[in-house]
Amino acid sequence: MDKTEIHPGGERVHVDAHAHAEHHEELGWWRTYVFSQDHKVIGIQYAFTGLFFLLFGFTLMMIMRWQLAYPGRPIPLIGQWFGQDRAPMGIMLPEFYNQLGAMHGTIMVFLGVVPLAVGGFGNFVMPLQIGAPDMAFPKINMASYWVYFLGGVTMLASFFQRWDHGVGAAQSGWTSYPPLAVIAPGQTLWLVGMIFLITSSLLGSVNFITTIVQLRAKGLSYMRMPFFVWAQFVTAFLLLLAFPPLEAAGVLQLMDRLAGTSFFMPSGLVVSGKPMLIAGEGNPLLWQHLFWFLAHPEVYVLILPGMGIVSEIIANNTRKPLWGYKALVYSVTFLGFMSFIVWAHHMFMTGMGTTMSAFFQTTTMIISIPSVVILTALLLSLWGASIRFTTPMLFALAFIPMFGIGGLTGLPLGLAPADIHLHDTYYVIGHFHYVVAPGTIFAMFAGIYYWFPKATGRKMNEMLGAIHFWGSFICINIVFMPMFIQGLGGMNRRMYDGGMQYAHNKELLKYNLIIGIAAWSLGLFQLPFIVNFLGSIKWGALVDKNPWEATTLEWSAPSPPGHGNFLTEPIVYRGPYEYSVPGSAKDFTPQFEPERA
Amino acid sequence: MNIPYTVEERPDSGLANGKLGIWLFLASEVMLFGALFSTYIILRTGASEWPHGELNVWLGMANTFILIASSVTMVMAWASLKLNDWGKHRLYLIATFVLAGIFLVNKYFEYSSHWTRGELPSRSTFLAIYFTLTGLHGLHILGGMIVMAYFIGPGASLWKRNPDQFANRIEYTGLYWHFVDLVWIFLFPVLYLL
Repeated sequence: MDKTEIHPGGERVHVDAHAHAEHHEELGWWRTYVFSQDHKVIGIQYAFTGLFFLLFGFTLMMIMRWQLAYPGRPIPLIGQWFGQDRAPMGIMLPEFYNQLGAMHGTIMVFLGVVPLAVGGFGNFVMPLQIGAPDMAFPKINMASYWVYFLGGVTMLASFFQRWDHGVGAAQSGWTSYPPLAVIAPGQTLWLVGMIFLITSSLLGSVNFITTIVQLRAKGLSYMRMPFFVWAQFVTAFLLLLAFPPLEAAGVLQLMDRLAGTSFFMPSGLVVSGKPMLIAGEGNPLLWQHLFWFLAHPEVYVLILPGMGIVSEIIANNTRKPLWGYKALVYSVTFLGFMSFIVWAHHMFMTGMGTTMSAFFQTTTMIISIPSVVILTALLLSLWGASIRFTTPMLFALAFIPMFGIGGLTGLPLGLAPADIHLHDTYYVIGHFHYVVAPGTIFAMFAGIYYWFPKATGRKMNEMLGAIHFWGSFICINIVFMPMFIQGLGGMNRRMYDGGMQYAHNKELLKYNLIIGIAAWSLGLFQLPFIVNFLGSIKWGALVDKNPWEATTLEWSAPSPPGHGNFLTEPIVYRGPYEYSVPGSAKDFTPQFEPERA
Repeated sequence: MNIPYTVEERPDSGLANGKLGIWLFLASEVMLFGALFSTYIILRTGASEWPHGELNVWLGMANTFILIASSVTMVMAWASLKLNDWGKHRLYLIATFVLAGIFLVNKYFEYSSHWTRGELPSRSTFLAIYFTLTGLHGLHILGGMIVMAYFIGPGASLWKRNPDQFANRIEYTGLYWHFVDLVWIFLFPVLYLL
């Protein structure tokens, strides 16, 4: 055997053929790139698939925004492709609008953001940051991706189904409240798709927790873990424990649809003037409880990885330790616990009584405290720093005020008296999109620009990055800021023409045109990103191991890391953010650098 | 590349990877069945009347004893590995597999007697939750049987190559099996007796 060989990561390493022979098998193309068990390849597969679904889900919304901006006018260019069942003569049917709305929410949350944030970044970065050779269960990791993929295919296929009580995909919103969801077309494939996705996230979360507990490198105690790893750790617990009740609820709703049971169907239900021939005695609110028991922790599944990414990037670009690392860790853990007992603040309108609502209002106010602590710590980290305004840092900086707006506008929704007015209006849409779109998705972009050099060995273009950032930042605020005005004015979120028949909407509908134009421009501003992302894989500037002069373990591995990640066993000597240590020759002291004698 | 702690325990956590993994999996299973038992409570408290005596208590009781017996044989299958007695291990593992099979055969007779009497899940919320809970539990039994069949068949060769890892795998299978057994111990009184 040749003494020098190409490491799969592209680095030439000198290996002792004798010692290496026991554990070296050549994997074929399929096993290396498609059915790979390497956490980095799986992470990249997750990230690509997640990005595809984000673009797809966003496209659904851009089509809906045409209908809201110009109600009843034929959709230009692509209108004739949708066919008679969806948009005759290019004019969108209400049923099709509802399909787009339900699938936009489902795709963005379950197929876009979570797979990118947890499956993509978690898989790729976390094992590197804790100095592990791979995930604890590589085969389960691979299975997790492919089950997710099946779930995605099921969801996409549901647009084309014709046998399930009617044509097309689910129409009952991403929350799928019964009894509507039980009788509406397309829901069966949605439920089957969800069961795939839940199974995938279960496999992933078991793997993440085991990896973090078991495979940390020598010297990496819990309080030396980068905050991103902490965020993934708490996220994995939320996925592990909150998703199963929705799996149960999904099975029950599937039974209602396929076996004719009445878990969620009340007695005496009349649909289109005809009494339904079912046993009845079921409970529609039961679904809401089971759904929100998942879906509130899910909100933190969406935001915590984003906070983790932003923390890494802020520490790196301020060249200072994170302000209040311990406070961040305690906050994120407390937030994880609390997220399990706030779910019914989504249900103030169900008439659940003052005792219950007092309890859930109190817990909701309490859970805002750790979020504020985290945001304050990130903000104070900027104090007195000489900031490097790199593209990842631009996105990370924008995350702070955007998530701040999203979080603070949530407080009135957590209080029953204000929520009764604001419930189901565009205010709610504005609120949670500020958290998830310019919040989490900006954090995802920051993470892509930041870890791209680690994954490919090349850097993305800063100029295109700046265009992408400023264009997106301006457009996304024009999209979501007017929604607060519309919502405070009482505009309902589910009307397919915006609600033209209501007098109180008269002054509010004009914003739909502005929002529409901003949304389509936002779409255009993603083009520099796509060009930059794909182009930089081939033409980006070559970088070495540690282009950002960062301190955490992933930057001690080659870029890109080969199979098994590290060339020598990583050992951790200190905390994660030792920047600008007084008396040190350079302004960063990596975790993996031995103490000088 | 070798992933550490696949067989031996990590000193600071006191666990091998697989053991932590199976306990985490069981935690999520607790949440799954917890949600279904909560559903049972909500449906029952909301019902105008709740049927009694629709199920065959003797058949249910027999199945309870069968599953408890299978849990015992499962422990013995693991303990015989630790005592290095391969023959006894085979005997006990196959016994566990057969007992699980008998449980499912009983369940089949129970289900078919309901169907012939027209007692379908759509007839009442009681029958709906009965079929859903026992059906999901039955799928868990089936899943356990597939794992056992693997260790009786193709998975058995691991014993020669790495006996400690094989014993660990039987232990994890056992943990899962006891959980499935425990779920039934809740299901039996809740559905058949109360």
